[in-house]
Amino acid sequence: MKKVFKMQDLDCAHCAAKMEDGINKLDGVNKATISFMTQKLTIDLDETRLDEIMKEAVKVVKNVDPECEILL
Amino acid sequence: MTKKQKRELKKIIWAIVFLVAAILVPIPEPWNLALYLIPYVIVGQNVLKTALRNISRGQIFDENFLMGIATVGAFLVGEYTEGVAVMIFYQVGELFQSYAVGKSRKSIAELMDIRPDYANIEVEGQIETVDPEEVAIGQEIVVRAGERIPLDGVVVGGESMIDTSALTGESVPRKVEIGSEVLSGCINQSGRLTVQVTKEFGESTVSKILDLVENAASQKAPMENFITRFARYYTPAVVFAALALAIFPPVFIDGAKFADWGYRALTFLVISCPCALVISVPMGFFGGIGAASKHGVLVKGSNYLEALSQAEVAVFDKTGTLTKGTFTVTEIETEQGVEREELLHMAALAEAASNHPIAVSIRNAYGKTINQDDVTGVEEIAGHGVKAEALGRQILAGNLRLMERFGISCGEVDTIGTAVYVAVDGAYWGAVVISDEIKEGASETLRALKASGFKKTVMLTGDNKGAAQKVAERIGIDDVRAELLPGDKVEQVKALMADTSEKGKLLFCGDGINDAPVLAMADIGVAMGAMGSDAAIEAADVVLIDDKLEKLLDAMKVAKGTLVIVKQNIVFALGVKGLVMLLGGLGYANMWLAVFADVGVAVIAILNSMRALKL
Repeated sequence: MKKVFKMQDLDCAHCAAKMEDGINKLDGVNKATISFMTQKLTIDLDETRLDEIMKEAVKVVKNVDPECEILL
Repeated sequence: MTKKQKRELKKIIWAIVFLVAAILVPIPEPWNLALYLIPYVIVGQNVLKTALRNISRGQIFDENFLMGIATVGAFLVGEYTEGVAVMIFYQVGELFQSYAVGKSRKSIAELMDIRPDYANIEVEGQIETVDPEEVAIGQEIVVRAGERIPLDGVVVGGESMIDTSALTGESVPRKVEIGSEVLSGCINQSGRLTVQVTKEFGESTVSKILDLVENAASQKAPMENFITRFARYYTPAVVFAALALAIFPPVFIDGAKFADWGYRALTFLVISCPCALVISVPMGFFGGIGAASKHGVLVKGSNYLEALSQAEVAVFDKTGTLTKGTFTVTEIETEQGVEREELLHMAALAEAASNHPIAVSIRNAYGKTINQDDVTGVEEIAGHGVKAEALGRQILAGNLRLMERFGISCGEVDTIGTAVYVAVDGAYWGAVVISDEIKEGASETLRALKASGFKKTVMLTGDNKGAAQKVAERIGIDDVRAELLPGDKVEQVKALMADTSEKGKLLFCGDGINDAPVLAMADIGVAMGAMGSDAAIEAADVVLIDDKLEKLLDAMKVAKGTLVIVKQNIVFALGVKGLVMLLGGLGYANMWLAVFADVGVAVIAILNSMRALKL
């Protein structure tokens, strides 16, 4: 299932690429893209594990930039 | 400016004040170090903090860390002023970057701001404002002058001019009256309209467009992916080069001082961030998509923008794409002494009772109402035409075989359409030619496409060869594949795709009726006039909102322009960085130049990318 989340305070394009990489490596994620310009995370994931996966995704994001948030 | 940006700006200003003070106040070394540290800490504390935090998480190749090392290094080799100044420059650059990005984000958002905020419904004579999502199909909404039409529907009251430019890029307003279909997102310019809603908000044109454009950024172009991959290797490579530069020459070359080579290595570190590329390339594509949508061309992703710029074969469906898809009388040939009007009248009488498209178009061309009582007898002759008795005359209207059958001699009419031969009381009067009209501007568009670099244009059609050939000649198309069944089109396009050069792409343009599979298969599927055909929008990669073929030229212009900008940025950024690295390695570049190669280049590349918005 494809879901789109808005992101806040995504300030560097480089970081966005790192986050995208990290989220793509998570188990249960088929494909994730982060658009620096639209500040959006588009993620295609295993629907049954949505909450668990998004928790991990938030961790990945925080790890790259603690100020950046995914608006769930 | 955002709060964060203002805060940064204040820090920068204070740092400059303290730096100037540190330079002017005469305190002997090494005590002046303390004075230089004040501005350094003010402007650089965040960079250092972030760097430390990231190292603790194992992320070493981070621009903060590199800037930190470079400036701390400058302090270690005794270049205090430079250490502070480089950090200040870096922050100025970052500030400017974030400002420019914010600004272009905003202008793109404005460009796409066609979302209607409310709908008016009339309840007992009073107008109430509601959320467009709450309006159901069949409900009537009121759109006053100056308001945006919130939902797709049909006008049931009032007339007005509407501005469709937000959707189609077309600046000439369109007149609407009772019975006209209106699309959400258009602006009602003059009168008050009552519109009966035909689609829910989520299914309305405006929602579809917003959806499409917002999701566009998730499909990245190969060039974007290349930059991301490149960035991953670039930074570590530069850092190792810097390390080597600091270590090997002092060890292996006689007389080489570590301080000197260390400084050269620091300039490398300053240039090691690929920011200029990582930001400006996606931004260029994003701007291009925004610019295209301003022209009424929706591009579903950066990848299609890049593919468009490489398109070399253009394949068109005939009906509805190159031609209007509606039948009209295009020619009337008369025998000597026969009035055109009379001939049409006779043909219209003969076809008075039929609902065949050809009969309808003849009656439309005649224009006047036909009195059914004038027609006293009609006999349809299958595969030939009709024989009618009207106004006391015997009228024959049909194909050449009908004429032959009744022994009437006449010449064959040479045409791309269908000729209806008319004979009255046994004498040949002439023929009415009905054909699908070629769209205005079709041949000009094709010529312009060829001029813009397309190697080949192809037309696909189910029509018979002769007629197809004639249409192709008129429009000026290179290749015609005629007598195709819908399934054959897929085969044809497959073969044509195999024929394109390695990098060349195939563009298929159709109206989405019967050709969704081809739209989906082509490298770039362009659906035109597709608002309303969901299947076409689903299958297409590029959607032309109205059905004007010229929009294809706009799409090509934007795609090519965007790619030029993106390539300029790549060449410029890598060129400057490479040059400064070379100079730095040889000892000719100082840290000031390096900081320009980093943030200065990024800012210039971003400004360049912003041009894409205006294509």
